[in-house]
Amino acid sequence: MKVIVDQNKCVASGQCVLATPEVFDQREEDGIVVLLTENPPEHLADDVRQAAVLCPAQAIWMEEQEKNE
Amino acid sequence: MKRIVIVGASAAGLTAAETLRRRGYGADLTLIGADPRPPYDRPPLSKQILTGSWPAERIALRSPQELARLEADLRLGRSATALDVAGRRVRLSDGESIGFDGLLIATGVAPRRLPDSDLAGVHVLRTLDDALALRAALLAGSRVVVVGGGFLGTEVAAAARTMGLQVTVVEPEPVPVRRPFGDRIGALVADLHRHHGTRLRCGVPVHRLRDTGGRVTGVELSDGTTLPADVIVLAVGSAPATGWLTGSGLSLSNGVVCDALCQAAPGIYAAGDVASWHNPRFGTRMRLEHRMNATEQAMAASGNLLGDAVPFAPVPYFWTDQYDTRIQAYGIFPPGAEPRIVHGDPSNGHFVAAYGHDGVVAGVLGWNSPRETRTLRRLVVERTSWTAFTTAPTLSPATVN
Repeated sequence: MKVIVDQNKCVASGQCVLATPEVFDQREEDGIVVLLTENPPEHLADDVRQAAVLCPAQAIWMEEQEKNE
Repeated sequence: MKRIVIVGASAAGLTAAETLRRRGYGADLTLIGADPRPPYDRPPLSKQILTGSWPAERIALRSPQELARLEADLRLGRSATALDVAGRRVRLSDGESIGFDGLLIATGVAPRRLPDSDLAGVHVLRTLDDALALRAALLAGSRVVVVGGGFLGTEVAAAARTMGLQVTVVEPEPVPVRRPFGDRIGALVADLHRHHGTRLRCGVPVHRLRDTGGRVTGVELSDGTTLPADVIVLAVGSAPATGWLTGSGLSLSNGVVCDALCQAAPGIYAAGDVASWHNPRFGTRMRLEHRMNATEQAMAASGNLLGDAVPFAPVPYFWTDQYDTRIQAYGIFPPGAEPRIVHGDPSNGHFVAAYGHDGVVAGVLGWNSPRETRTLRRLVVERTSWTAFTTAPTLSPATVN
């Protein structure tokens, strides 16, 4: 799982931090999203998906990584 | 369940469709949308789309591939015209009638207008086409009057002012955004607009629009003054889009009346701007025209359609961006709720206010303080005693971070 955020779309709602504080934070000065880890552990996948769905600015995506081996 | 129909293909309808699929619903799914455009996001309409800082494509909620993956029968540019509750059918504007086992109503709201306002140069703002038409008018005009000083009106005013127009907001209340936030915060919003050169005419209702040959020329106020304008924006609120449900037998009163599960009738649910439901967290009925609620309520209602039986009890969240200021709010702000600054200071442009109602903190409002506001949301979640704030000084930084 790879997480992508768009800081230009972000509206600083902080919903992602409420959903998954292990993966998301907000900048001190303006509250814009900060990604703490691009590749969070699998057990956080549901929480990250929740953050992506709830984001009122639709500024979070997930790329589920497929195994090619 | 073999066939679910969702009426409304904006944020709530789309979220409901995605939730149903994610939850494993694999049978027929029909999504009906009155707007011919694929689902798009509305908050940027009154901000980045008006000012032109974003192209229209940027607000698409999903790519064509993502929409295709829904494997839904997507009917855009068609509206529902009638509902037969007993017969389990929805009639569409093209005459077709579609049967369902489960129905989700997400038809949103429609802007209110003023009497005799069907004039060239008069705009409302709800759809992307509305926003593009208004932007074109703002580019061509020089004087705009915004009728209504709520969130939409003040955002449109800020956008038009940013574009360099001469802007006046007309609001019958003594300050803008008074109904949600009260006199004190309303006065700060008024100051913000004046600081940026936007004029405010508060406390004076509109008498009528003036026109020459069907083109608007200005707004006449009840005190007899006339504000000349090339462009008028009506931002005087919205009405739930329930006309198609008249006579269906569903209870309609300021929206589709639902229970705490967002259910309007057996197998029939509503979500988003159109839904009035009982929020058990606050013990009150509410209908929210907030972007976050469209998502959250659509997830809850479609889950309940699949049998979750979970009451929908959110802490509402909404925000407004005006010039360089971002105001965010969690909770509810009933008339008469008393605000108190609990962090920061309005004089330096960063603060959080808590609103007391019925002895507890019912809402928190943040002004250019996103992190602190998010942290202080817990005051609402925990129903913190209001009397704690009448004795305590403002919170220390350690408390809010």
